[in-house]
Amino acid sequence: MGGVISKNINDEQSYAILGCIIKVNNNYLMRKILNISIFSISTICTIFTLSLLFFVFSYILYQGITALSWDFFTKLPAPIGEGGGGMAHAIIGTMKLLFVAVLIGFPVGLMGGIYLSEFGGRLFPAGRGRFVYSVRYAADLLNGIPSIVIGIFVYIVVVLPMKHFSTLAGGIALGIIVIPIVLKGTEEFLRLVPSTLREAGLALGMAKWKVILTIVVPTAFPGVATSMMLGIARVSGETAPLLFTAFGNRYFSSGWLSPTASLPAMIYTYSISPYSNWKQQAWAGGTVLLVLVLLTNALSRMLLRRKKLRTQ
Amino acid sequence: MKSVLEVKNLSASFGPHPQAASHPVLKGISLSVTAEQITAIIGPSGCGKSTFLRCINRMHEVVHGATVDGDVLLNGKSVYGKGVDPVLIRRRVGMVFQKPTPFPTMSIYHNVAVGLRLNGLKKKAVLDEQVEVSLRKVVLWDEVKDRLSQPGTSLSGGQQQRLCVARALAVNPEVLLLDEPTSALDPMSSGKIEELLRELKKSYTIVIVTHNMQQAARLSDMTGFFLMGELIEFDATSKIFTTPTDARTEDYITGRFG
Repeated sequence: MGGVISKNINDEQSYAILGCIIKVNNNYLMRKILNISIFSISTICTIFTLSLLFFVFSYILYQGITALSWDFFTKLPAPIGEGGGGMAHAIIGTMKLLFVAVLIGFPVGLMGGIYLSEFGGRLFPAGRGRFVYSVRYAADLLNGIPSIVIGIFVYIVVVLPMKHFSTLAGGIALGIIVIPIVLKGTEEFLRLVPSTLREAGLALGMAKWKVILTIVVPTAFPGVATSMMLGIARVSGETAPLLFTAFGNRYFSSGWLSPTASLPAMIYTYSISPYSNWKQQAWAGGTVLLVLVLLTNALSRMLLRRKKLRTQ
Repeated sequence: MKSVLEVKNLSASFGPHPQAASHPVLKGISLSVTAEQITAIIGPSGCGKSTFLRCINRMHEVVHGATVDGDVLLNGKSVYGKGVDPVLIRRRVGMVFQKPTPFPTMSIYHNVAVGLRLNGLKKKAVLDEQVEVSLRKVVLWDEVKDRLSQPGTSLSGGQQQRLCVARALAVNPEVLLLDEPTSALDPMSSGKIEELLRELKKSYTIVIVTHNMQQAARLSDMTGFFLMGELIEFDATSKIFTTPTDARTEDYITGRFG
């Protein structure tokens, strides 16, 4: 009797879940067909995603490699109509922009993440209190703001008062994008540090700041560094916020207060130009950028793997 | 016999929540711990053993909203007195936890040295010497002397726990608190820790919380039996385990509950 009842319940459950999609019975053939179709759909989508990546990567490499030369890394753009030239100023410019972004984004994101994880709530490690929740939500929102809006914001706040575009302004815009990425990453990875380690440090007679700096942050460091790398990878390809802030430059930009060229902005300008050698150079710029992003990604993955080995 | 710790009418609770405050974890505990003895605290889960231990070195208050009432005197001076810095109290009271907690980013050497440095030791030669002294005290030196630069987490569980004892001893504490130090270890490693505690007893005052009644019987000079936040009985270990005064103690040690 009991067996019959439970069988009925199972039937009802499966009807409730799948009944609205397909009329399901406890039918072997039907289950088998469903199983195979779900499996094949997910496989096809996976292959589609992978092939997209492969296609983008290989097409950019295919187009870009031929235009890459020593000149590309060392020379300024050639005047219109002349062949040759390079994007040395844009490569240097991107590095300078990233430097400013790192200078702003890393410390603010790191310290903010430490606050959220270690000081924000009532516990040590901090609980997820209401204030912490709202700061995390704010970081999520900041992360979701279209980068062009951040560009306009920096244009109003930095460029207009200074009355000219600058490397500094571009770096600030990128830094604002980096902050929430590093902040959230830092918080998450600090929370992974077992609270028993914090207690062990406190019980030894360490002050709280010392426990954080000598035990919690070093233990979580590979993860924190990974989120920093992800932040760099994310902004190194940003174009929109740079258009209003770093603007662009045909020459090397001197110092931090003058407009500067950057790889993404150069790619944008060159790719919509009518000249075929400029278009080739845009492909080359894309290749350099792609390799840069892949390298930072690979580096972050290596850091994470080291962490896994250590905790084992 | 000199009493190192004097616990007076100690009550403790978690949280500002009215329900938590009206259900204290500890209710008016008074006992005194004698120098160079092992005092064992036994009792069923949730009876407040660990909280009792954490009140002694002011770790209880790390949890927000936790409250403590009553007083603990460490060598005659109040731990909860006005202007007493809990950080400095914790340097005078060593603590070892249930799970071994070597700091994973630090080498074996630095796991011990971090405690010494807190006490103001800076010179490399002195540090080297004191690290060796501490590791010898826990009978770990011969096992690790050739790999001091390896991470503390590379050791086995039992070795890690002895490393944690060495780290706690490095600050030269007046009392050593152990919160179920062997419950995560295999019998062999537990045996080594017990042997070590017997040795340490000659120069340190030890309070150990344990789930294991046999361990308390084997190891300790004094035993306190906790039940639902109250100290039911506190007496010489031989007396507790042979002729307890309270019926509940007898029920617990004979395994009728717990």
